[in-house]
Amino acid sequence: MVKKIITILAGLGIAATAFAAAPVLINGAGATFPYPIYSKWFDVYSTINPDARFNYQSIGSGGGIKQITSGTVDFGASDGPMTDQQLADAPGRLFHIPMVMGAVVVAYNVPGVEKGLQLTPEVLADIYLGKITKWNDARITSANTGLQIPDMPIIVARRSDGSGTTYIFVDYLCAVSGEWKLKVGKGTSVNWPVGLGGKGNEGVAGIVRQTPGSLGYIELSYAVKNNLAYASIQNKSGKFIEPSLESTSKAAEGVTIPSDFRVSLVNSANPEAYPISGFTWLLVYKSQADPVKGKALVDFMRWAVHDGQSYTKDLLYAPLPQEVVQMIDKKIEEIKY
Amino acid sequence: MKSRKDGGDRLFQAAMMGFALIIVLLIVGIITELTRSSMLSIKHFGFSFFTGMTWDPVFENFGALPFIYGTLVTSLVALLIAVPIGVGTAIYLAEYAPPFLRKSMSLLVDLLAAIPSVVYGLWAIFELVPLMRTNIQPFLGKYLGFLPFFQGPNYGVGMLAASLVLAIMIVPFIISISREVIMTVPHVYKEAAYALGSTRWEAVRSIILSYGKTGILGGVILALGRAIGETMAVTMIIGNNVTISPSLFSPGYTLASVIANEFTEATGNLYLSALIEMGLVLFIVSIIVNMIARMLIWSVTQKQSTGTTLKPRAL
Repeated sequence: MVKKIITILAGLGIAATAFAAAPVLINGAGATFPYPIYSKWFDVYSTINPDARFNYQSIGSGGGIKQITSGTVDFGASDGPMTDQQLADAPGRLFHIPMVMGAVVVAYNVPGVEKGLQLTPEVLADIYLGKITKWNDARITSANTGLQIPDMPIIVARRSDGSGTTYIFVDYLCAVSGEWKLKVGKGTSVNWPVGLGGKGNEGVAGIVRQTPGSLGYIELSYAVKNNLAYASIQNKSGKFIEPSLESTSKAAEGVTIPSDFRVSLVNSANPEAYPISGFTWLLVYKSQADPVKGKALVDFMRWAVHDGQSYTKDLLYAPLPQEVVQMIDKKIEEIKY
Repeated sequence: MKSRKDGGDRLFQAAMMGFALIIVLLIVGIITELTRSSMLSIKHFGFSFFTGMTWDPVFENFGALPFIYGTLVTSLVALLIAVPIGVGTAIYLAEYAPPFLRKSMSLLVDLLAAIPSVVYGLWAIFELVPLMRTNIQPFLGKYLGFLPFFQGPNYGVGMLAASLVLAIMIVPFIISISREVIMTVPHVYKEAAYALGSTRWEAVRSIILSYGKTGILGGVILALGRAIGETMAVTMIIGNNVTISPSLFSPGYTLASVIANEFTEATGNLYLSALIEMGLVLFIVSIIVNMIARMLIWSVTQKQSTGTTLKPRAL
């Protein structure tokens, strides 16, 4: 009997030491767009640093901002920068750390036009404002002289759910169209003048794939994986740029990036850049409450922006340009734990 | 002995009352919480929230009318499609079908009720919507296009597609409940009808349907409740466009859909509050619809108790 009790106690002792050495659990929540790359990173990183385990809930950028502000998670994640008001409402100073870049493409389904459609910013804005309603509108055909564009109504598709993808897209429309900025504005959901709302990338892609004459915006990675045709967009320098990982990364190259990284990269001044691109950020407090967690988080971010970037291409995210990585290195140094 | 039994009885009664009270508390709790959280929006918009036609998260101008319209229209059209099919199937299963068919069909019906709504939604996106665009809606437009319900551009997605999926989702409820109700009709009534020389159809019409009216209507109300609150499948195919159009081909929006779509990314207190008020509106709409339906049942049963319907009508 005594032996038995000793065995049990010994067992408990082993369990207790195992518990003490358990990896520190770091919780995060936020954007859905970077979820695939984040989970890949957390998976790979758990073999590099077995002492830290990350748990990420992709509940949406708005939810990420709310949770990091209320302190229920150790880090947040967002596709749109926090507003000054939101930053002021947070209990401590929050840093935006860019992790990867993404692009939003305009996919289309026009019979007879398999690829090569080119759109100018003004045309794109007027299509979404409901002012251009036919595919053979002179303003579309004049930019696509080599293509046989049919006489068809344009069926506009867009996201119905609040989303960071929408934010980047309407941010771009605001940058290129004064009328859009005045009438519709930007946000994760807006009051769309026209169009069918599909839920998620799959909803919009579903409408575009099945409906002849349709056009809709989706994430680059989703369009590539599903073999949808997407348009080249004229950038700020007047060049038509085909969306790709390279042209997306260019959006953050050679442009001035503020030290807090809260910057919109749409309509980039770089002549090689695809104009509908943006960062996605981790949101972390400058002063970390828990030293163990703080160190693990900082180590992870440092790894993610350096070695971690090599995993981006397989998952169709655009890597951060070198000059941005150097800026991030300096920023991460400032975090105290 | 007697007192112990009384004690047990009292305990049992108190426990059951406690359970019933939980339901009341739950509903009161939901209403209070919804009202409290939407106070900002209620104060800001007042009654104009119910009549407003815009939904603009950027400039924070919110109105619920297009969503109320979309919810009611899709649910009612779904009922119009589902009730005849559901009650008809139930009558067939209970009265006409051979026993082996009755068993296997009932199993299938229960299976249909257990499919998650997101699966219905995905099926609708990939199968139903293309069919709507290429076959069903052009056909309706050609032969019934003189009616305002079947006019306008044909996208495939829209209120008609949403209503059809809702109909498919609520049919199993109507079948299951109606079948159970019909099975409870006492044999003696049916036998009496046959003895008086009525045909099968006459027996069904005058005995089964009038005896089971209340129960069947109850099942329909349950189905209606599900249709009003259904979110996922509808969101995926209704087109999510804030408009009021008489045409069923047109895209629309429902109360539940806008909450599902926008709640996760909603920032800003007024915006959040307005979304919660949409939940409150959904609650109120469900209550009103339920009340109307109850009154319908009540009027039917009143007629029954004053006593004509149970007697077989002129055979």
